[in-house]
Amino acid sequence: MSAPERFLERLTQRRADDPSWVAARRQAGAARFEAMGFPTRRDEAWKYTDVRRIAEGDFALATDATFDGAHFEAQRLDIDAYRLVLVDGLFSAELSELEGLPDGVQVEALSQAVSANHEAVGGALGRLAGVDFSPFTALNTAFADEGAIVRLAPGVVVDKPIYVLLLSRAGGQAVMSHPRVLIEAGARSEATVIEHYSGEPEAANFTNVVTEVLLDRGAIINHYKLQEAALTDLHVASIHVDQSRDSRFNSYNLNLGGALVRTDLVTDLNGEGAEAAYNGLFFVQGRQHVDNHTLVNHNSPRTFSNENYKGVLDDRAHGVFNGKVFVKQDAQQIEAYQNNANLLLSDRAEIDTKPELVIYADDVKCSHGATTGQLDEDAVYALRSRGIDEPMARALLTLAFVGEVMDKVRLNVIAERVERAVAGRLPERFNLADLVETAEAIQEA
Amino acid sequence: MLEVKDLHVTVEDKAILKGLNLTINAGEIHAIMGPNGAGKSTLSAVIAGKDGYEVTQGTILFEGQDVLEMEIEERARAGLLLGFQYPIEIPGVKNIYLLKAALNAQRAARGEGEIPAPEFMKLVREKSAEMKLDPSFLQRAVNEGFSGGEKKRNEILQMLVLQPKLAMLDEIDSGLDIDAMKVVASGVNSLRSADRAILLVTHYQRLLNHIEPDRVHVLVDGRIVKSGDKELALELEARGYDWVLEESAA
Ligand SMILES: Nc1ncnc2c1ncn2[C@@H]1O[C@H](COP(=O)(O)OP(=O)(O)O)[C@@H](O)[C@H]1O
Ligand SMILES: [Mg+2]
Repeated sequence: MSAPERFLERLTQRRADDPSWVAARRQAGAARFEAMGFPTRRDEAWKYTDVRRIAEGDFALATDATFDGAHFEAQRLDIDAYRLVLVDGLFSAELSELEGLPDGVQVEALSQAVSANHEAVGGALGRLAGVDFSPFTALNTAFADEGAIVRLAPGVVVDKPIYVLLLSRAGGQAVMSHPRVLIEAGARSEATVIEHYSGEPEAANFTNVVTEVLLDRGAIINHYKLQEAALTDLHVASIHVDQSRDSRFNSYNLNLGGALVRTDLVTDLNGEGAEAAYNGLFFVQGRQHVDNHTLVNHNSPRTFSNENYKGVLDDRAHGVFNGKVFVKQDAQQIEAYQNNANLLLSDRAEIDTKPELVIYADDVKCSHGATTGQLDEDAVYALRSRGIDEPMARALLTLAFVGEVMDKVRLNVIAERVERAVAGRLPERFNLADLVETAEAIQEA
Repeated sequence: MLEVKDLHVTVEDKAILKGLNLTINAGEIHAIMGPNGAGKSTLSAVIAGKDGYEVTQGTILFEGQDVLEMEIEERARAGLLLGFQYPIEIPGVKNIYLLKAALNAQRAARGEGEIPAPEFMKLVREKSAEMKLDPSFLQRAVNEGFSGGEKKRNEILQMLVLQPKLAMLDEIDSGLDIDAMKVVASGVNSLRSADRAILLVTHYQRLLNHIEPDRVHVLVDGRIVKSGDKELALELEARGYDWVLEESAA
């Protein structure tokens, strides 16, 4: 049996009573996945990322959504938010907190939308993430029966972040999950949506998520993807964004966890004045592999994009950054800036970076660049000259490198968590978190 | 406190210091003057522990310890600090991080615990006010986008927080207007105490109008050729260095 057949066989475990709009989609996804098979390194888009660990794995589907209470408390973000929790891809009503949603805000599990036969949801799902995008998108489409649906009526500004927490469990049979996230933002609506991937240490599951974000005129979505899964977890994600006139999409793609993490982020700027900001960070160690493929399509004149990805790589970690900006013919007066800077903390760490601009218009302002380097030795020396020992000096400079992206993060809970994680991973006993707190206290005083 | 004996230093096989002797006692301010290229910066850099200098002969003792056996950070923690002529920018590292990490490193070396946050905050706010630096400077990256004068005041701020036993200041007055010079000088004067010492490296006398030295040394071609009290600085200002050279050659 081929690998695709083996994966698709698990479909028989699925419920048989899908509404017809779901069943049809499932079949299309399965057929496409079977035809494409898993990508190999001969595929340009997968040149640096070997997915055999996934293709050769044996993943069941989870059958219950129980999760250890103490672990849950330790993993979840301490944030006042509307929370929707999936455990190994299954909705946990018990861990979720969706009470008190304001008028015009719908946040529900995909299974609830399917049970209620919400055809509007069916109409939106798959509009951006076609089964041809990648074999993983097709695979997700074949399986997806759980996820988060977020829909905002025009003009609604959501008072609290919408927090989707996806947990992965350890022990027993490895499982796969194919969650689906749909964010439909009505005209001039505004919300912050967090996708947080976390779980038990030593979880070794496969998560294959697809996110679709539709922004109507003037809508603003702040989208956080915080990847903190176990260093043994496998993760493939694609995020597809469609922006109308004057909308704004701010992406914060923060990668700390996972053994293999691949994220595709694609935005179509389809209306004048639409603006996308991509902020990315990957901090990897051991044998972690993180691959970010980003694409911005400037399809309309006077659209703007600004991308800044930073990578810190230690040990034998491997990072991939492929950032493409495409400017369509006649998409005049656009601005597109892209930068990727990487810091190698070990000489066995590896980064493959490729920023790419493809421009078919002439009246544009664009720049792109990639730098990879070590810490500035003069700066290390200057800090040592004040009595700071070398590991601490390197830690401070690494935190400073990461800080440029973290300064953009508006949710303090996330910024602090990432800074603390970075500080905790640095080869140093020193309490950088304490420094950060002191600095904050002085600022407030 | 500091005892430099027969110090010979080469840089890339070129002899720069050629048998230099200098003794500084606690409570004293010494000024090293001399023409460009004489080796003044080299002397302070070698005492502080900067890389790239080879000591081929001689000793440097600081409170009886052999400085040449110590790493630069150990020297700083022991109380030997050099204020740089050209302080570098450290993008992203907040001033406050540097100050706290440095102060705690020094305390740890003395076997003391970390400074409590409120005490630290009070200290740095006070000292920045003394240096006429707005508290917002504490949140800014070290020297990033600072003017020349701000960089120099920031060097002194570090001294005021870290309270070195021996503060060495290399051309701290270069590029300062008169108001900035007064702020810097009053900062340096406030470091003065019976159990501390200061070594000023300068090429002009004008700084010494604001910081009165106990001893003035003339460094020429790698050696101290003449020492005296503050009157010597005035004489150098009036007559230049040539007469000292002639006198020492005679
Ligand atoms: N890093 C270096 N590499 C090469 N030559 C140096 C270096 N540092 C100093 N020198 C040389 O050493 C001599 C003394 O320099 P320095 O100590 O800076 O003098 P001063 O501070 O008295 O002007 C000069 O001739 C200078 O060119
Ligand atoms: Mg000099």
